[in-house]
Amino acid sequence: MIGAMLSEAWMAMGANRLRTILTMLGMVIGVCAVILMLAVGQGAQQQVQASIASMGSNLFIILSGSTTSGGVRMGGGATPTLTLADAQAIEELPSVFAVAPSSPGTAQLVYGPNNWSTQVIGTLPSFLTVRDWRLSAGFPFTDSDVRSATRVALLGQTVVRNLFGDEDPVGKTIRIRNSPYVILGVLGAKGQSLDGRDQDDTVLVPVTTAQRKLFGTQFAGTVRFIMAQAESAEVMSAVEKSINELLRQRHRIREGAENDFSVRNLTAMANTAAETAQVMSMMLGAIASVSLLVGGIGIMNIMLVSVTERTREIGIRMAIGARGKDILLQFLLEAIIISVIGCLIGVLLGVGGALAVSKASGMAVLITMASIVTAFVVAATVGIFFGWYPARKASLLRPIDALRFQ
Amino acid sequence: MPEAHEMSANPVIRIERLYKEYVTDAGSVPVLKDVATTVMPGEFIAIMGPSGSGKSTFMNILGCLDVATSGTYLLNGRDVNTQSGDELAHLRNQVIGFVFQGFNLLPRASLEDNVALPLIYSGIPRAERMVRANEMLEKVGLGSYRRSRPNQISGGQQQRVAIARALVNRPKLILADEPTGNLDTHTSQEIMALFTELNERDGITIVLVTHESDIAAHARRLVRLSDGCIVYDGLVVHAAPAHLETTS
Ligand SMILES: Nc1ncnc2c1ncn2[C@@H]1O[C@H](COP(=O)(O)OP(=O)(O)OP(=O)(O)O)[C@@H](O)[C@H]1O
Ligand SMILES: [Mg+2]
Repeated sequence: MIGAMLSEAWMAMGANRLRTILTMLGMVIGVCAVILMLAVGQGAQQQVQASIASMGSNLFIILSGSTTSGGVRMGGGATPTLTLADAQAIEELPSVFAVAPSSPGTAQLVYGPNNWSTQVIGTLPSFLTVRDWRLSAGFPFTDSDVRSATRVALLGQTVVRNLFGDEDPVGKTIRIRNSPYVILGVLGAKGQSLDGRDQDDTVLVPVTTAQRKLFGTQFAGTVRFIMAQAESAEVMSAVEKSINELLRQRHRIREGAENDFSVRNLTAMANTAAETAQVMSMMLGAIASVSLLVGGIGIMNIMLVSVTERTREIGIRMAIGARGKDILLQFLLEAIIISVIGCLIGVLLGVGGALAVSKASGMAVLITMASIVTAFVVAATVGIFFGWYPARKASLLRPIDALRFQ
Repeated sequence: MPEAHEMSANPVIRIERLYKEYVTDAGSVPVLKDVATTVMPGEFIAIMGPSGSGKSTFMNILGCLDVATSGTYLLNGRDVNTQSGDELAHLRNQVIGFVFQGFNLLPRASLEDNVALPLIYSGIPRAERMVRANEMLEKVGLGSYRRSRPNQISGGQQQRVAIARALVNRPKLILADEPTGNLDTHTSQEIMALFTELNERDGITIVLVTHESDIAAHARRLVRLSDGCIVYDGLVVHAAPAHLETTS
């Protein structure tokens, strides 16, 4: 019975080939758009999550200078108020796992005929712990390097690539601002940060070396920012509070006066970014779903025309024994075939399109089985839903009315 | 001889106090008024009457394509008024074969597919459908046209295909509303010969509507309708001469 109905549905669709194809096109475009949008949205989401994972967990960044100072908004770290001693004191707070004071600056690096301008961060060995950053070669510098302000450096992957090419940099000497530095190790790859910067384009040196020999500071012992890692996500707010209290006390800030530093919860900011990416991804999907809906309405439109055109045929079938449900099934099958075939083509085009987009523009795309299945199921449901009404309309015709229809 | 046999059997059709009104914008129009009749198995009945007298309306009700406004209609002993839509479809599929003036074949389907169509709705597998459809096409003399389309054959041939389709489910009752109305005299006689054979050899009960006395002459019983009432019901030979047809 179903077999006979399938071949009849196929025949009916073949009788009006152009119309069938155009109806299908609505479905194809809808499914294709959904798959493409989901791929782009989820790709972006995945990239954000990778950046967050590369950042390290339960992180605070403490910047010197207040966010507002005497009514004038100051950039973070404008006036150096944080010191290495502050960092040490923070490290002794309960629930603080590791602290890394940092003094960044820009410098020209030279190795042989190659030179490269990049960010050089003066910091402590704990920086690697805080940022959860492993070395891919060599060893980190130690506390004794910090004490004696030796000229040693760890290079990020991008720096290595630009200065050394395929050469092994460990043990080699480069010149930073014309002074020789020995390369102790190479940092593992981190990729893009949340704000889109290349985290691998960086050099780490002991903070004392940076302060005394590389950049120099007007205020001895100050750092631009301090990174602190809490022991767990649960203690984040308690730690934030105690850092604030400690620094106010240490900086002798009177009750009611403004902070000369600011504490930012990087992990919370990252989570916000992740949520934003997710909302974006969902919105893209929702917009694409509208085209799926339009495709469904297209099916309904064509099916309604088809029912009207074939009213006499419906009458003949009823006169020789077709039940209402036989007629219903026949028209529903046509809608299902159109939507399912449209779906399949849409999935193929969507996946192909997503791959082409990522190839052409370098945009991150992520095609998941779940998104394909979702698009398929939604599209098939839309087809059946919109096919249902015309099919039911046909099945409710009275035989004599259908036969008399001109 | 068939008379005695018929009397002992249960009637195929029993109709009492049948009324039909069409509701139009201008109000309700009574078309059938208190019609009563009984059809026994094996009968061959011609229904005649002037245009607009309600013949088609009556046939559509007999064929379960339309419902009466009031009255009783027992088909095969079953009260049609109490049947559900699906049960009516089953009756149209299994008990009745309907033949239309305009043939009503599906234009896109081949002749064998057209004939096999009722079997789809009886749930018969494809192989058997094709065997039976071709048997029926052979029976009406169109075995060699099985793959043709309706628009590739003549009107008389199309009506034969329609008859084959009506017969394919081996119904008890054939209802034909002016089956020869679109055909010339010669072709009409061929179709009538086919009906006569079905009635005499296979014992199928036939009720047909016609405007022509020489078509009606093939039947044994004549029912004459006028203005929605049965004005004559008896043997064909006792029918009024054809010239009275137009004046009644
Ligand atoms: N669907 C309908 N709605 C309203 N009136 C109708 C409808 N069908 C038929 N009639 C009316 O009912 C009456 C009987 O029609 P019917 O078709 O039964 O006549 P008939 O005897 O078959 O005529 P003919 O010999 O011309 O085929 C006519 O007056 C017709 O106008
Ligand atoms: Mg008529």
